[in-house]
Amino acid sequence: MREDTPMSIARRLLLLLPLAGLLAGCHGAVLDPAGDIALQQRDIIYISTALMLLIIVPVLALIVVFAWRYRQGNKDATYDPHFDHSTALELVIWSAPLLIIICLGALTWWSTHLLDPFRPLNRISAEKAIDPKAKPLVIQVVSLDWKWLFIYPEQGIATVNELALPVDRQVRFDLTSANMMNTFYAPTLAGMIYTMPGMRSTMHAVLNRPGQFEGMSANYSGAGFSSMRFKLYGVDQGGFDAWVSRVKGSGQALDTARYLALEKPSERSPAMYFAGVDADLFDRVFNRCVKPGTPCMKDVMQHDMRAGGGHPNDPHAGAGMPPGHAAPPPPGEKPKGAIFKHGEEKGDGPNRTSPESKDAPANRNTSHNLVPAAPGLARAGTV
Amino acid sequence: MFDESLSRAIFGRLTFESFPIHEPILLVTFAGVVLGGIGVLAAITKYRLWGWLWREWFTSIDHKKIGIMYMILGVIMLLRGFSDAIMMRLQQAIAFGGSEGYLPPHHYDQVFTAHGTIMIFFVAIPLVVGIVNFVMPLQIGARDVAFPYLNNLSFWLTAAGAGLVMISLFVGEFSTAGWLNYVPVSNLQNSPGTGPDYYLWALQIAGIGTTLSGINMVATVIKMRAPGMTMMKMPIFVWTAFCSNILVVAIFPVLTAAFAMLMLDRYLGFNFFTNDLGGNPMMYWNLVWIWGHPEVYVLVLPAFGIYSEITSTFTGKRLFGYSSMVYATVVITILSWLVWLHHFFTMGSGASVNSFFGIATMIISIPTGAKIFNWLFTMYRGRIRFELPMQWVLAFMITFVVGGMTGVLLAVPPADFVLHNSLFLVAHFHNVIIGGVVFGLFAAIEYWWPKAFGFRLDPFWGKVNFWGWVIGYWVAWTPMYVAGLMGVTRRLQHIEDPSTQWLFVIAAIGVAIIAVGILGFLIQIGVSIKNRDKLRDTTGDPWGGRTLEWSTSSPPPAYNFAVTPVIHDLDAWYDMKERGAQRPTTGFKPIHMPRNTGTGVILSGLALALGFGMIWYMWWLAALSAVGLLVVAIVHTFNYNRDYFIPADEVTQNEDARTQLLAAGA
Repeated sequence: MREDTPMSIARRLLLLLPLAGLLAGCHGAVLDPAGDIALQQRDIIYISTALMLLIIVPVLALIVVFAWRYRQGNKDATYDPHFDHSTALELVIWSAPLLIIICLGALTWWSTHLLDPFRPLNRISAEKAIDPKAKPLVIQVVSLDWKWLFIYPEQGIATVNELALPVDRQVRFDLTSANMMNTFYAPTLAGMIYTMPGMRSTMHAVLNRPGQFEGMSANYSGAGFSSMRFKLYGVDQGGFDAWVSRVKGSGQALDTARYLALEKPSERSPAMYFAGVDADLFDRVFNRCVKPGTPCMKDVMQHDMRAGGGHPNDPHAGAGMPPGHAAPPPPGEKPKGAIFKHGEEKGDGPNRTSPESKDAPANRNTSHNLVPAAPGLARAGTV
Repeated sequence: MFDESLSRAIFGRLTFESFPIHEPILLVTFAGVVLGGIGVLAAITKYRLWGWLWREWFTSIDHKKIGIMYMILGVIMLLRGFSDAIMMRLQQAIAFGGSEGYLPPHHYDQVFTAHGTIMIFFVAIPLVVGIVNFVMPLQIGARDVAFPYLNNLSFWLTAAGAGLVMISLFVGEFSTAGWLNYVPVSNLQNSPGTGPDYYLWALQIAGIGTTLSGINMVATVIKMRAPGMTMMKMPIFVWTAFCSNILVVAIFPVLTAAFAMLMLDRYLGFNFFTNDLGGNPMMYWNLVWIWGHPEVYVLVLPAFGIYSEITSTFTGKRLFGYSSMVYATVVITILSWLVWLHHFFTMGSGASVNSFFGIATMIISIPTGAKIFNWLFTMYRGRIRFELPMQWVLAFMITFVVGGMTGVLLAVPPADFVLHNSLFLVAHFHNVIIGGVVFGLFAAIEYWWPKAFGFRLDPFWGKVNFWGWVIGYWVAWTPMYVAGLMGVTRRLQHIEDPSTQWLFVIAAIGVAIIAVGILGFLIQIGVSIKNRDKLRDTTGDPWGGRTLEWSTSSPPPAYNFAVTPVIHDLDAWYDMKERGAQRPTTGFKPIHMPRNTGTGVILSGLALALGFGMIWYMWWLAALSAVGLLVVAIVHTFNYNRDYFIPADEVTQNEDARTQLLAAGA
């Protein structure tokens, strides 16, 4: 047993080698990107792995060497049962990983900021600079149960489970979800980003190579999740225009009624084209008021802010409340240092639970009872 | 014929349709469980073991017996969780390009949810808690934990939670919302069935047990150490168990609160995590991961302690860098709180927040790396005996280093943007949990089994277990790393791209090899019990141990130590052996011990009934068991008959017997 164990360890190490071979042989989507963001993300994977291997490989080697050399059967090796501390070694032990992490941390800091999905691109590709005047193509993405809706507001079209992008043009995705949380993920284009109900996320990306690619939801979202995929076509500008007019020629428009029908759960939906789309559809999806008669989230929030004791014409939370001594400054103003305050401005604020006298400002503002109820009902007629 | 409203009042939403008789897989499993169960019950009855089980085990508040019961629970649930793993691997190996496999989505989704839930909550936690329960009080020279009755209650609450999960297999359904029961999938609107309720009640009940156990262990380490054992003289396993249980006490309330809010959403129409009316699903994700990431360290820190003890014993050396090991453990404990957001970098937190959490995560790799180096330099100039526990340590070091590397890679947000939710991520956490926690638990079982039962485990079948797990792990999960890099994501019931099928076939072979390992483990236990006389160890110190548990007999007497030892150095038992300390053989005093109680079993049974009643809307059952819980708890406070003395004569008799054994062995 003692003799063959370190050999077995070596065998185990050999098992790792095919991993490297596999990686070299596979043209996996993540390692074979077609977009500049995905390309930079892949490079980050390579650089970080290389940085870590600087320490991982020696450690793996030392494990095998020490295990073999200091086996019980080897009487030549030094045995020192009292070797349990060495300040010099401890310094190396702590500082070697620290140095690697400092490098990796610096890489993390700049790459996270540079590749932040909210950040507009600063280049089309390594060779091609971006035209600062060119506006990005905006695409609104809605994850439905269990399919993808893509709205092209400029072109006034919408599609399901099919996304076409002109190559070498910056795209800005605005994303939300109708019900479940999903991630919008096209491995060859850029990283993934969550789509969430009642939230809007943003991602900038560019596709540099024409072709047909796969996209999917990467976050489990229920029964139909496994088939929640879309085709991503990279085409040149001419091809894109042709594709847009083909979608336009499909005839039917995505109005509220059609959207509500589309929103119902379905699996393995085929690609669908819509020649027209309500201009504010995406806005209403993420404010959760597509269904006529539903108040929009943003109106409800504004209503709540006013009702929270604020000034009816100032939408900021708590506007119109008498400021306490620790209250934040009014919107747009800087806080005043204590040295600049008058004597009566300092010290305790007015008592908040029981006014001392009739003249003191009422601290309970019940004006929300007077604010007209149910915002958004007004808009119901317009839908 | 049967009045509908009466039926609803009695059975809630439980109807004939709740029993999955149309699912052949479940039906066969059910038949197997029923037959096996009847067999076991019949055997217990035939050999008249009920009284013995009740008196000696179920109601026992001896930390050693509770530890062993935790281990049995963990191993049984491992078989269940591993069956789920086999089903998943089989499904993904065949469900390609148009084929739906053999599990429809609704069933497959329950399988992966149950797999994750069971493996973390009902396998890893019970096994870790079991080892801590058994070993830690012995290592600090205590006679039991600080609150012995609470310990029994903790175990039975965990068992009640596991029971609810098992019931969900045959009555109703389990959650389909992933192992953390994610909203919006688990919202009432999206999952109106019993699945998420089973999940919530099982985990709330088990979670209370784990929290109480954490409080118990922290109090034990702080208050019950033998004289002379200062904090910096505690064995390293005690340190890691201490930090792990501090984490338990700190994080489980967060999980309990998150689950309680989801319960309010589901039962009373609250809107904490709903899509509409001001609810926010994102908050749930934050709360469960504030629990979830420290939880990883709850499991892996004691495993680190196990590796340290074993390395030091089998190299015949004091642990290299003891104090730096302690600091590393404490630093990991603190930092584990600052990293939860790395579980959802892609939710859109912004670059600065993401970098903060990414870099915080990487920083954890520094103390962890220091630990690896410390084990490495413990081997340096050692005299390494490659017994099975030490082989597990080596397998761990090699496997875990790779898992640590992929973990740091995932902590780089731009890399995570392409690898999040992919099989690369799944491969990473199986790499660290199997390579870190599971290997450690098997090492611990090999290492401390002779202490618990007085005989060693059979080495041949132990090797089958070892190689099955180590080879099986690499065969099963290397292809999953590759699949992740090829853009295959997790939790897929079927996979559209047929070009990756070969990877899943290899992974299925890997899981079969692991199955051989698990089978080897079960056979190993059976064979060892059969050959126990041949494998007998009378010395109490079969490995040349260094810590206090090896100073007492195997198995240790109920009182652990006839005379409380006095500690002068780290590695107290090694120090005693070096200085030629003599075992006291006379002058024993009566030993004050806690008395067994059945209250833990009764309370947990009532908790299970409460959960079942709430899950099925049987309000009468829920109300009755809630009242029952309260009454039993109050009645128990009036039970003053809680302790007894082991007479000095009995101790003397016991110790004399050991003196003879030792003399015969020498």
